[in-house]
Amino acid sequence: MAKKFTAKPDELSKVDYKPPKKGWMDTPAEFKEHTFCWGAKGKNLDAVNFPNARDWSPAEEDWKLPENWQEIFLEGIRERLGKYRSFKLFMDICVRCGACADKCHFFIGGGDPKNMPVLRAELLRSIYRKYFTASGKMLGKIAGARELTLDVLKEIWYYYYQCTECRRCSVFCPYGIDQAEITMVGRELTNLLGLNTDWIAGPVANCYIKGNHIGLEPHTITNSVEFFLDDIETITGIRIKPTFNRKGAEILFVTPSGDLFADPGTYTAMGYLMLFHELGLDYTWSTYASEGGNFGLFTSNEMAKRLNTKIYAEAKRLGVKWIIGGECGHMWRVINQYMDTWNGPADFLEEPVSPITGTKFENAKSTKMVHIAEFTADLIKNGKLKLDPSRNDRLKVTWHDSCNTARGMGILDEPRYVLRNVCNHFYEMPEDTIREKTFCCGSGAGLNASENMDLRMRGGFPRANAVKYVRDNYGVNMLANICAIDRVALKTLMEYWVPDVMVTGLHELVGNALVMTGEKKRTQDLRLEPLPEKEAKE
Amino acid sequence: MRILFSFFAVIALVLSAYAGVKIANLQFLFGVVIPYIAIAIFILGFIYRVLKWGSSPVPFRIPTTCGQQKSLPWIKQNRIENPSSISGVIIRMALEVLLFRSLFRNLKTQLKEGKLVYGEAKWLWLAGLAFHWSFLIIFVRHFRLFLQNTPSFIKMIEGLDSFLQLGVPVLYMTDVVLLGSVTYLFLRRVFIPQVNYISLAADYFPLFLILGIGTSGVLMRYFYKVHIVSVKELVIGLASLHPVIPQGIGVLFYIHLFLISTLLVYFPLSKLMHMGGVFLSPTRNMVNNSRMVRHINPWNYPVHVHTYEEYENNFRGKMKKAGIPVEKE
Amino acid sequence: MKIYGGGKIFVGLIIFIGLATSPFLFNIGKSSIVRDTKAAEIMQSMGLQCVEKKAFMLPNHMRLLDKWRDSVVRKGNRLYKASDGKEYEMSLQNTCLNCHSEKNETCNACHSNMARKHTCNGCHNYMAVNPYCWDCHIKPKETKS
Repeated sequence: MAKKFTAKPDELSKVDYKPPKKGWMDTPAEFKEHTFCWGAKGKNLDAVNFPNARDWSPAEEDWKLPENWQEIFLEGIRERLGKYRSFKLFMDICVRCGACADKCHFFIGGGDPKNMPVLRAELLRSIYRKYFTASGKMLGKIAGARELTLDVLKEIWYYYYQCTECRRCSVFCPYGIDQAEITMVGRELTNLLGLNTDWIAGPVANCYIKGNHIGLEPHTITNSVEFFLDDIETITGIRIKPTFNRKGAEILFVTPSGDLFADPGTYTAMGYLMLFHELGLDYTWSTYASEGGNFGLFTSNEMAKRLNTKIYAEAKRLGVKWIIGGECGHMWRVINQYMDTWNGPADFLEEPVSPITGTKFENAKSTKMVHIAEFTADLIKNGKLKLDPSRNDRLKVTWHDSCNTARGMGILDEPRYVLRNVCNHFYEMPEDTIREKTFCCGSGAGLNASENMDLRMRGGFPRANAVKYVRDNYGVNMLANICAIDRVALKTLMEYWVPDVMVTGLHELVGNALVMTGEKKRTQDLRLEPLPEKEAKE
Repeated sequence: MRILFSFFAVIALVLSAYAGVKIANLQFLFGVVIPYIAIAIFILGFIYRVLKWGSSPVPFRIPTTCGQQKSLPWIKQNRIENPSSISGVIIRMALEVLLFRSLFRNLKTQLKEGKLVYGEAKWLWLAGLAFHWSFLIIFVRHFRLFLQNTPSFIKMIEGLDSFLQLGVPVLYMTDVVLLGSVTYLFLRRVFIPQVNYISLAADYFPLFLILGIGTSGVLMRYFYKVHIVSVKELVIGLASLHPVIPQGIGVLFYIHLFLISTLLVYFPLSKLMHMGGVFLSPTRNMVNNSRMVRHINPWNYPVHVHTYEEYENNFRGKMKKAGIPVEKE
Repeated sequence: MKIYGGGKIFVGLIIFIGLATSPFLFNIGKSSIVRDTKAAEIMQSMGLQCVEKKAFMLPNHMRLLDKWRDSVVRKGNRLYKASDGKEYEMSLQNTCLNCHSEKNETCNACHSNMARKHTCNGCHNYMAVNPYCWDCHIKPKETKS
């Protein structure tokens, strides 16, 4: 199984969209190489007290299921039908018009008909019909119902871990049916049987015990940040001294741990540090709530809540007034859609007011958590930042709207405003691939592992294709975004499909453009690469 | 197979109504009993299904945001596609229900020599809209049979629908549009490979049924005419709960009525409930304001968490070494 | 069964019930009317008959009139040969309205209001049919019912 993924882009981009002759109910899932993640290790599920924890492998015949797995699965469906109107409704009202079919990046990039959102939903709907509707019980296959067999369970598992919960289908559905909601329930069901992937279960266990997905322990966090501070000093001559777990700070800052760990997210983290320092912001990092992201969301509602609890708990312990959240996609889906409902009311915090501009963030008055792009856009609008966008002149930038922030929140123009102020060359990708119609990186919702590269490269194909378009037409060489998963996933994606385009977070570009008080003449950008000539000559 | 099954199911319905009336003389059964049962099942079934949805809560605020959120005052919000107020939601829902806003976005994604191209794809939207609106207008027009004195707005609708004054009796445009659009919706299920692949018998059956209803209606009006005054007498009899079976109506009418009865019974059992469901869809009918106003989940329950205390107990030594403040020395 | 968001759902359902049962609601307290079909037989026994048989005329009179119009206006032919061989003048005013008038004394001899039920409007009003005959022809005067 451990063969390396070697398919070339020109092979992968030949997609056959023709569905097989045989009906989908008679076509069991074929577990193709490089399309699925390894099974969750027992110890990672044990760490969060998940049921049926054991080591297992999706590639093997025997999944070591508990004897009454059907009962567990069906009972799980029953419970969720009663808990989520979305799930119940979406099981009932689809008319199979097919409008969603060619909207899914996995279908566009792979051509597997079961990756059409409608069919992905039907995989579960057929079970729902069989066991929960009169017509399905009576008419069986004619009514689109089928038995829950082992093959069916495997099929559901296979395809529900080929959905990044990006909601693009939901934009086009005449009833707003959101496959993400169905996938979330489907994944909860697999979790009841201990059928998670290790790429999700590992980070979840890490985050639960150590506070972040990467598993950085407190001293490692401060160490990583020290490295950034060294680089910042090299670039600007300024030594920044951020604080950790400091009681009494005005603001708690929470960002995905990926930004502390891997390029190019690390440059974005440097951008945050520089910005906050320049503002003289009274803020603190936390090593306990050191994760903005939430892989629990790809597991179960309960797990997501358990991980998310730490943010408010830490804000309360430290006695801060409000919270700023860094650049992350699903983190903001969680904050916008779930956090306050799960763990609010955050009545121990104050309604967020920017200490620099005095702006009240009305839209965050209940969660008390402000997106850093909102925060920075407000600073720029009020003229509080001295910016030299020409330092980013060697970059021709395009903007990737992350699926979660676009379709689960709607933060579209704040980052664009910031972007336009920190760089001079900005080009939009084609309009059917941005904003609410944006394409996923293909690796979201816990799919950014290394063993499922075929799936990831196919899923990211539509995004990469749009980037290629602006590269060919405008010479774009930088893909900016506000998502930690994107920064990691798109980097791999670009290397595969559009090799000469790099990936950056928004605040890396802010960090480059930011003219800091008392800085030395800059000759390098945050990647320690020389700045454009004009700057160097001055 | 799925197509043939549905087709013959509808044919069987037609034949049973024909045999029932023409051979067995069961006018009262097909003209009174079955319609009453069907209407009762339709109304009660519909209510049951909606209440069943209503009995599941909406634990989270999950609108699909299709535009700029409400944010800083100088950033232009898309108040309809990302509503932060009830009025925005009302407009969003009205656009969705009356004009199929989301379907209007439809695109056709094509891969041409390694490049993805997104083309306009409005036919489904157009046919869907044409079908639903013509169905509604036809239904409203039928009120001339339900009411002793036909109100002027129904006459007006009828007048507009037939304003071309083609043929005698004058042709209703909606008749043509309905049959045309249903035929299109059927053909796309047959000929678009992906749509064919996902289609169930349960998708073809209502299409054939509606096609049967439309065809029998058209035949009655334009070709094999039934005695319309008697039809109205029967219908008014039903509506005033004083059922009567006037003589000599013509079997085509009973076939038409039986197919409609079937549709009414089938409705609450099937995907046709999307008519009620679209109003309850949480991704469309919710305000995106969960950062402004706390949304309550009725089944929110306390969960196990890894507390800061446990965390510090795990890492106190390392934290102190790294100069991170701790609660307990 | 607790209904979440019940207020809005109930309002919606009440609207639905109202619309779905409106044909019944509008007819509350009304009784069905079965129209008198004997008149034609009586007429026939008196030797009075329309240009064609009732069974043909009821559903097809509009088509016949349409044919008459084309024949008269386009071909100038005013002679109609009925299926029983009798000949009539193709004329709405002179042939049809001769009998189908509220002043038809043969009818009114039995019942004072009988004729009114058998004018054009007698049925057309009931069926909400609005033929465009009177766009050209002079509309016969009728007392409003």
